[in-house]
Amino acid sequence: MNTYEPVIGLEIHVELKTKSGMFCGCPADHFAKEPNTATCPVCLGLPGALPVPNKKAVEWTIMLGLALGSEISEVSKFDRKHYFYPDLPKGYQISQYDQPLCRGGMIATSFGDVRIHRVHLEEDTGKLQHATVDGKKVTLVDFNRSGVPLVEIVTEADIKSSEQAKEFLKKLHQIVRFLGISDADMEKGSMRLEPNISLRKAGEKGLPNYKVEVKNINSFRFAAMAIEYEIKRHALLLDNGTTPTQETRGWDEAKNATVSQRTKEEAADYRYFPEPDIPPMRFTGAYIENIRTHMPQLPDAYKAEVKAKYGLNDNQANVLSEDFGKMKLFSGTVSLPAVQEATISGPAVANWIINKVPDASSVSPAHVAEQIIQSKQVTHVDDSVLIAAIDAVLSENPKAVADYKAGKEQSKMFLYGTVLKRLAGKGDKQKVMDLLTGKL
Amino acid sequence: MLHYSNFRYNEPMKDTTFTTSDVRKIAGLANIPVTDEEAQDLAEGFTKTLKVVDTLSEVDVTGVTPTNQVTGLENVFREDEIDKTRIFTQEEALKNGKRVHKGFFVVDQVLEQ
Repeated sequence: MNTYEPVIGLEIHVELKTKSGMFCGCPADHFAKEPNTATCPVCLGLPGALPVPNKKAVEWTIMLGLALGSEISEVSKFDRKHYFYPDLPKGYQISQYDQPLCRGGMIATSFGDVRIHRVHLEEDTGKLQHATVDGKKVTLVDFNRSGVPLVEIVTEADIKSSEQAKEFLKKLHQIVRFLGISDADMEKGSMRLEPNISLRKAGEKGLPNYKVEVKNINSFRFAAMAIEYEIKRHALLLDNGTTPTQETRGWDEAKNATVSQRTKEEAADYRYFPEPDIPPMRFTGAYIENIRTHMPQLPDAYKAEVKAKYGLNDNQANVLSEDFGKMKLFSGTVSLPAVQEATISGPAVANWIINKVPDASSVSPAHVAEQIIQSKQVTHVDDSVLIAAIDAVLSENPKAVADYKAGKEQSKMFLYGTVLKRLAGKGDKQKVMDLLTGKL
Repeated sequence: MLHYSNFRYNEPMKDTTFTTSDVRKIAGLANIPVTDEEAQDLAEGFTKTLKVVDTLSEVDVTGVTPTNQVTGLENVFREDEIDKTRIFTQEEALKNGKRVHKGFFVVDQVLEQ
């Protein structure tokens, strides 16, 4: 058995939530719409149609680059990427080849930095769905999604484990959501993950002579599972002296396995050339700085802020930052006058939201405040109620009392627990303990 | 022989002999069916055409910056607005489709990419 080191890179596609298309004025929101009801000559690729880039999509891509620490290209352009597939009405996709909007950048993970290779902008393709019509196996094509702005983020092959890939993806997802440029909803396909995986012998440098790309992954968990699966598969092959085939595989949710989809007999030949219908883009430093100035707060800054301002701990800040609904609920609740008057602390609000609110979208800050205040009030139970409960428990459990008096410390905890049960969560726990100790 | 797979648009062409296998490769990429006879004919035709284009190599381009745009335009953008006037109805969109079904274009089943 050899020891191998995984070499993993990621390609992530993120659909931007602009109002309109990448190169046309069709609505970009294609989810659950009647098929082929949001197309025009441009996104259907009809002859003579003229694509014009969406300014906001370009700005948002630059903003993402800035958030990732990329270098923004002073001059950038679009290129045609040619291939034949029914999801592509023109026979080419308008993408970016040698002058992407952003190059470089990095996301730090707890397993080490993951460098960004490039970030570029392109148009999404149509949606295919397989069906049987009149007894024939066919593919149905809906071009509503065709022409929706799509950002592609490519990492360097810096990732060494499925855990690291998952952490990276979660961080990227969070950045995209904080910037407000995409829903990044994986179930709807607005964020798509493609890991490429290969193994090299431990200690070796340089890239292995093959790589396997896995497509059709719609969750972080499946991305991690697919990576794990591939690592094991490659190790077995390599142990037997076989180099895994360079290919594209798909993640099969039902089988919990990757399956071969297409073996590339030769390198894809996309015949890129500059899109003649779109003049190049040139950005001034002032333009880029202006985008930087208007960039929303990023996850790390948010976490630092709630820790400093409200005294949250790392865990609370992390959990909140992973859920936009909870973040909003938290900021809404802590700023309510009622919460401030009742001197409820930031960590108390955060804990309540984290532990007692399963769906942040279904409750209002006022509701949360009311609940927290109520829960605080029930702790002020009259001492006589506590004493009565303690007395009752002591008289009902003479053996435990005797055991305690004989030196069995555990019996006190049993009695304490029984009192709390009787009080059904009401009352100050410390006070119950003090009173109980006094009685004993 | 033109090594098509190594050809990039921003590199000068080294040789301009076009073989039938080059034709087959390009025809495959362009999804155009070509018979043996046509392939032979096209190979000869392309070679001739490229020879003509090759005369460009006689021009001294030292110090000339490569370009892919001659309009002089830059930064042509549109605002992010929906333009309803250009959107097709489903019927219009499907009008030229050879096969349609319940609002979809229909093609022979392709493998999931």
